Amino acid sequence: MNKTSYENLTRGIIKENPTFVMLLGMCPTLGVTTSALNGLGMGIATLFVLILSNCAISLIKNLVPAQVRIPAYIVVIASFVTVIDLLMAAYLPALHGALGIFIPLIVVNCIILGRAEAFASKHNVWQSILDAVGMGLGFTIGLTSLGIVREVLGNGSLFNYSFLSGEATPLLLFVMPPGAFLALAALIVIFNRVMRRN
Amino acid sequence: MSYLFIFISAVFVNNIILSQFLGICPFLGVSKKISTAAGMGFAVMFVMTLATIVTYLVYYTFLQPFNLTFMMTVTFILVIAALVQMVEIIIKKVSPPLYEALGIFLPLITTNCAVLGIAILTVQKNYTLVAGVCYALSSAIGFTLAIVIFAGIRERLAFSRIPPALQGTPIALITAGLLSMAFMGFAGIGN
Repeated sequence: MNKTSYENLTRGIIKENPTFVMLLGMCPTLGVTTSALNGLGMGIATLFVLILSNCAISLIKNLVPAQVRIPAYIVVIASFVTVIDLLMAAYLPALHGALGIFIPLIVVNCIILGRAEAFASKHNVWQSILDAVGMGLGFTIGLTSLGIVREVLGNGSLFNYSFLSGEATPLLLFVMPPGAFLALAALIVIFNRVMRRN
Repeated sequence: MSYLFIFISAVFVNNIILSQFLGICPFLGVSKKISTAAGMGFAVMFVMTLATIVTYLVYYTFLQPFNLTFMMTVTFILVIAALVQMVEIIIKKVSPPLYEALGIFLPLITTNCAVLGIAILTVQKNYTLVAGVCYALSSAIGFTLAIVIFAGIRERLAFSRIPPALQGTPIALITAGLLSMAFMGFAGIGN
């Protein structure tokens, strides 16, 4: 793999991480991360939509007139979101129920339209897929780590495996809405500190 | 009575930003000054109510009778995008002062997940048209309330000493967290 491909792949994971650096897609980030599994599920659903839409938009980039490109991209993205929505409803009904309204709202996730406009409409299919994989993985890592922090603190469990016993009560606040803001703030501080040291 | 219940629930108990997490991008993005925050709030109020009416009518006249409900996401986002464009053109022609006030916010609203979210939730909750309008307007009032309070706090934050590690986004998120905690005090009303 040459240098540009490698850069396109890794850019989204650390340097331009959608969750911790770019602050994109904040609604699902805060809304569904009450458990690590929900965060992971949302991240992977977004990853799939991002790969498919980047791939399709890169293929049609020369066919779409510049004036109507945004509506065209939105239709492409919304179609893939519908596909993922129906697939999840059929094969993962529990996760589909837990993520609820946030699955159709993947359409308005700024990461996806942002990558379509900033990357896929200017690069070839292979590079666009690499970019989508990187960004999608960065988003998945962000959501999963926020989910892990909130589930461990707020529910005393990890991936539904409970490690609290007896009298101990978890910090319920962290699975409630205020906990989402506070946990994300803490994670961003830690992320920035680690990045500055390197 | 039930309209009052919808209103109180949407503004305070299930505030669209602080407990449902819809519309976080404008909440964090355009909340540095009270005046711009209020402008964004009014623009959202206008578009959200209009979008809910139009998507409601589209859903019950086209999608449901023809068994096309799986096309909801695609249809709604297109209808909202077209609607925002149209509103922008009409306001520009009819009322230039209003366009001055709301114009810059309108393009941002297309990708505001709160508008699409409330349109979908109205259909999912099986509201009547009037209840849906009441729900959308109340949610938008809740949005405006939250963003204006948040902007007020951020204006004060600009003059206070903040630890370097927390400057920027982290302190904004912590503020939002505390605000959300305050709104949790309304939980239980109406149950």
